[in-house]
Amino acid sequence: MKLRALLPLIGFLALVVLLAYGLTNDPKKIPSPLIGKAAPQFELPTVLRPGKKISNKDFQGKVALFNVWASWCGACRDEHPILVKYARQHKTTIYGLNYKDQRSEAIRWLKVFGNPYIASAYDVIGNTGIDWGVYGVPETFLVDKKGIIRFKQIGPITEKILYKEIHPLIQKLEKES
Amino acid sequence: MKQIHKILTVILLSLTCLNSLAAINIYQFDDPVKKERFYKLIDELRCTVCQNQTIAASNAGLAKDLRNKVYTMIQQGKTDEEIKTFMVERFTDFILYKPPVNNTTFLLWAGPVILMCIAFIFLLVNIRKRISNPAVEVDELEHERIQTLLAHEKENNND
Repeated sequence: MKLRALLPLIGFLALVVLLAYGLTNDPKKIPSPLIGKAAPQFELPTVLRPGKKISNKDFQGKVALFNVWASWCGACRDEHPILVKYARQHKTTIYGLNYKDQRSEAIRWLKVFGNPYIASAYDVIGNTGIDWGVYGVPETFLVDKKGIIRFKQIGPITEKILYKEIHPLIQKLEKES
Repeated sequence: MKQIHKILTVILLSLTCLNSLAAINIYQFDDPVKKERFYKLIDELRCTVCQNQTIAASNAGLAKDLRNKVYTMIQQGKTDEEIKTFMVERFTDFILYKPPVNNTTFLLWAGPVILMCIAFIFLLVNIRKRISNPAVEVDELEHERIQTLLAHEKENNND
């Protein structure tokens, strides 16, 4: 009899747990199916020098950050100074993927806000974006020496994410052969 | 009043037209089967930016790119399965409006059936209980007494 009286409470608590789980999960964050897989192939001209091409061969043998950005992207502006600072402090290879942008705007953006990238691939159609499963800019991939994607950040990188998650992972990956 | 009603209807109807026109660019097909496949496919793929819309319904840039991708892949002679696999490899099962049955989606698919089974078992147990413990039996004498009591009650109420 006593247990019966408690049933609604138990039901309620179960519901609370379920809803709390649902609420703390961000449905906007789709886990990348590419983690642990080889980075998709691409070959694109760079933003600054249209005649020069970059492809993922450029960052093979290195641990590289591949940051998807665009001059029209508001959150990129928040993230950018963090990347600029990080590029200055550490020797990490950072490449950019300039996503569906105008070249002149992109160049101006790099001049005004600084250029942390060794080079940025210019993906005006967004095909490379699709291949990499990009659906919200900014996004950042961490590719290991063998060209395998090990981490993906959806949305802007914050200092906390960079120094608590990404940087330790980079150091770990640097030690791998 | 009627006039206003008419005008409003026209405006609303034209708005719905605009909406569907804006979402889908005009794609040219030489083969009606391909056309049908295209429109079916874009109606089954979710826009990952605006997650409650299909890529057919969404105006987001990515939805447009994905529509173009589906179009090119169809023109290249890729099958529906190949196109869906291509999308899933990049955006996970999430991109399918109808997710496949696997470990993570098992509860989603089986949940309602499981809940219904539980409810059904609950119902059966309760019915059985009622059958095995029928209501208190009354003999004839008591039955008469109840009747008189009820009749009495009725008279009282009528007063």
